[in-house]
Amino acid sequence: MDELREVMITTDEIKTDEYLINMGPQHPSTHGVLRLLVQLEGEIVHNVQPHIGYIHSGIEKMAESLSYPQIGHLTDRMDYLSAHQNNEAVALCVENALQVEVPDRVKYIRTIMSELSRLASHQLWWCVMGMDMGALTTFFYGLRDREDILDIFEETCGARLTVNYSIPGGLMFDIHPNFQRDVKAFIKKFKTKLPEYDRLLSGNVIFTERTKGVGFLSKEDAIAYGVTGPTGRASGFACDLRKHRPYSAYDKVNFKEILSDVGDTYARYQVRMAEMWESMSIIEQLIDNIPEGDYAVKMKGVVKLPEGEFYQRVETARGEFGVFIVSDGKKNPYRVKFRSPGFSNLFAINHIAKGWKIADLVAIMSTFDLVIPDIDR
Amino acid sequence: MKSIISYITEILKGIWTLLTGMKVTAKYFFTPWKHVTQQYPENRKTLKIAERFRGEVIMPHNENNEHKCTGCGICEINCPNGSIEIITKSLILEDGKKKRAIDQHIYHLGMCTFCNLCVKACPTGAIVMGQNFEHAVWDRSTLTKVLNQPGSKIMEGVKD
Ligand code: SF4
Ligand code: SF4
Repeated sequence: MDELREVMITTDEIKTDEYLINMGPQHPSTHGVLRLLVQLEGEIVHNVQPHIGYIHSGIEKMAESLSYPQIGHLTDRMDYLSAHQNNEAVALCVENALQVEVPDRVKYIRTIMSELSRLASHQLWWCVMGMDMGALTTFFYGLRDREDILDIFEETCGARLTVNYSIPGGLMFDIHPNFQRDVKAFIKKFKTKLPEYDRLLSGNVIFTERTKGVGFLSKEDAIAYGVTGPTGRASGFACDLRKHRPYSAYDKVNFKEILSDVGDTYARYQVRMAEMWESMSIIEQLIDNIPEGDYAVKMKGVVKLPEGEFYQRVETARGEFGVFIVSDGKKNPYRVKFRSPGFSNLFAINHIAKGWKIADLVAIMSTFDLVIPDIDR
Repeated sequence: MKSIISYITEILKGIWTLLTGMKVTAKYFFTPWKHVTQQYPENRKTLKIAERFRGEVIMPHNENNEHKCTGCGICEINCPNGSIEIITKSLILEDGKKKRAIDQHIYHLGMCTFCNLCVKACPTGAIVMGQNFEHAVWDRSTLTKVLNQPGSKIMEGVKD
C-alpha cells in the first residue's frame, strides 16, 4: 500500500527519458517529404528540428543555364499552389530590368489570376487543415470548390497547376472568351459555400479546442524569423506586399489587410479565412473593368538583361516570394536566388511548438501551410 | 452551482456546433444528385477538355500529308529541357539550289514539361498543343515520337 501511495504521489514529477522520433519524410501531415526530428518527453515537444532537402531539385542552379523566358516555367514547380504569383515575380523582375511597361490589360489579368490562385491555395489549405485535425469531410468540400478555379485556369492558361501563364512581356495567351463569365459564376457560387466552411469547421468545438490558445507566435518573433504571409499577419506583422509595395493592379483596388494580434493557431486560421473574402472582393472589383489592349508586348527573340542585380518580390499565398537575378549581360542569368516564403516560415516552428503536445505540432504545422518544393526548391 | 451551469452550457454549446456541421454534411448526404464526382474513365466520350489544354506537342498535317515545319530549329532552342531534337536534311531543288528541310522532328514526351514555349516560338505555327492526356505506356521508348509523319513534306508557300 505504501508503495502504491509513493507512485501516486510522484506521478506529477515523473520524468521519462527524452526520446527522438522522426516525423516524416513520409508522414501524412507534413504534406510532402519534410522530415521533422522531434525531441519528446512523453507527449510534450521539447525540440523540433526540420531536416529539409528531400525534394531539392536545384532550380536555382538550373536557372543559370536557362534563358529568362524559360526560368518562369520552373517556378511553377516550386510553390505549385502559387504558380501564378511565382511566374509573375519572374516576369516583373525581367520587365523591370529591361524597363518594359506592360499594358494595363496584362496587369489586371495578372492580378485576377493571382487572386484566383490565392483562393485555390487557401481552399486547399483549409481542406487539408481539417483533414489533419481528423475532419476528413472538409477535404472533399475544399477540393470540390477548388475544381472550379482549376477549370478556369485550364480554359485560359491551358494547364491546371503548372500554368506558366505570366511570361516576361505579358501573358502566354489572352483570356478565354468565357473567362469573365466563369469567374463571376464561380464567385457567386463560392460566396454561398464559404459560410458553409465556417459552419463546418470554424465553430466546431473539437477544432476550436485544439487550435485556440495553441502555438503562439509574437510579432517580434515573426519579424525576427522572417515569417511572412498570413502566418505573419496573424501575429500582427503588417507584411502584405499587395498593400505596402503594390505591383500589377493592386494599387487600383480597395481591400483590407487582414491582421490579427493574437498569434495563435486559430488566429492563423481566421486570417486565411478572411483573406478569401478579400480575394473575392479584389476579383469582383477588377473582373468587369479589364481594359482592352494587347495581352503582351513584343519582346526580342533573345532576352538579354543589362548587367546588374535585380530584385522583385510578390505576395504569394504563403508570404513574400522574392526573385533575385544577377545578370552579366548575357542571355542566361549569372545567378538566380529565390526567397521562398515557406523556407523562412518553417524555421519558426521550433520556437512555436516547444512545450506543446505532439498533436498540437500537427495543428501548428497545418496553419503554416507548408509546400515542401517551395522550401527545398 | 454556477460552475455546474456553465459546465453544462459549455457541453450543450459544443454539441450544437457539432450539429451545425452535421447539418451541412447531411444536406449533401440527402441530395446526392448534386454530386461533383466524375465517373472517369467511363465518361470518356462526354469528357470535355479545354481547347487550350496542353497535353502533348503535335504537328498537324493536312490531307496531302503536308506540314508547315521548315526545320529551322527555333523550337529546339526554346525548349528548356531538350525535349525536341531537330534533324534536317538538304533537298536539291529543280534549279540545282540546296534547301534545308526537316528530316525528323523528334519529340520526347517523357521529358516535356508542357510549358508551351516551343509552340509560342515556332515562326510558322507548325506545332500545336494536343489535348490528349492519357500518356501511360508500357514501354517508355514509345514516348519518343517523330512528329512529322513518314513521307510527309512541307506545305506549299511556307517560308522561314
Ligand atoms: S516546328 Fe517550327 S520552330 Fe520547330 S523546326 Fe519546325 S518550323 Fe522551326
Ligand atoms: S512544351 Fe516546353 S518542354 Fe515541351 S517540348 Fe515544348 S518547349 Fe519543350
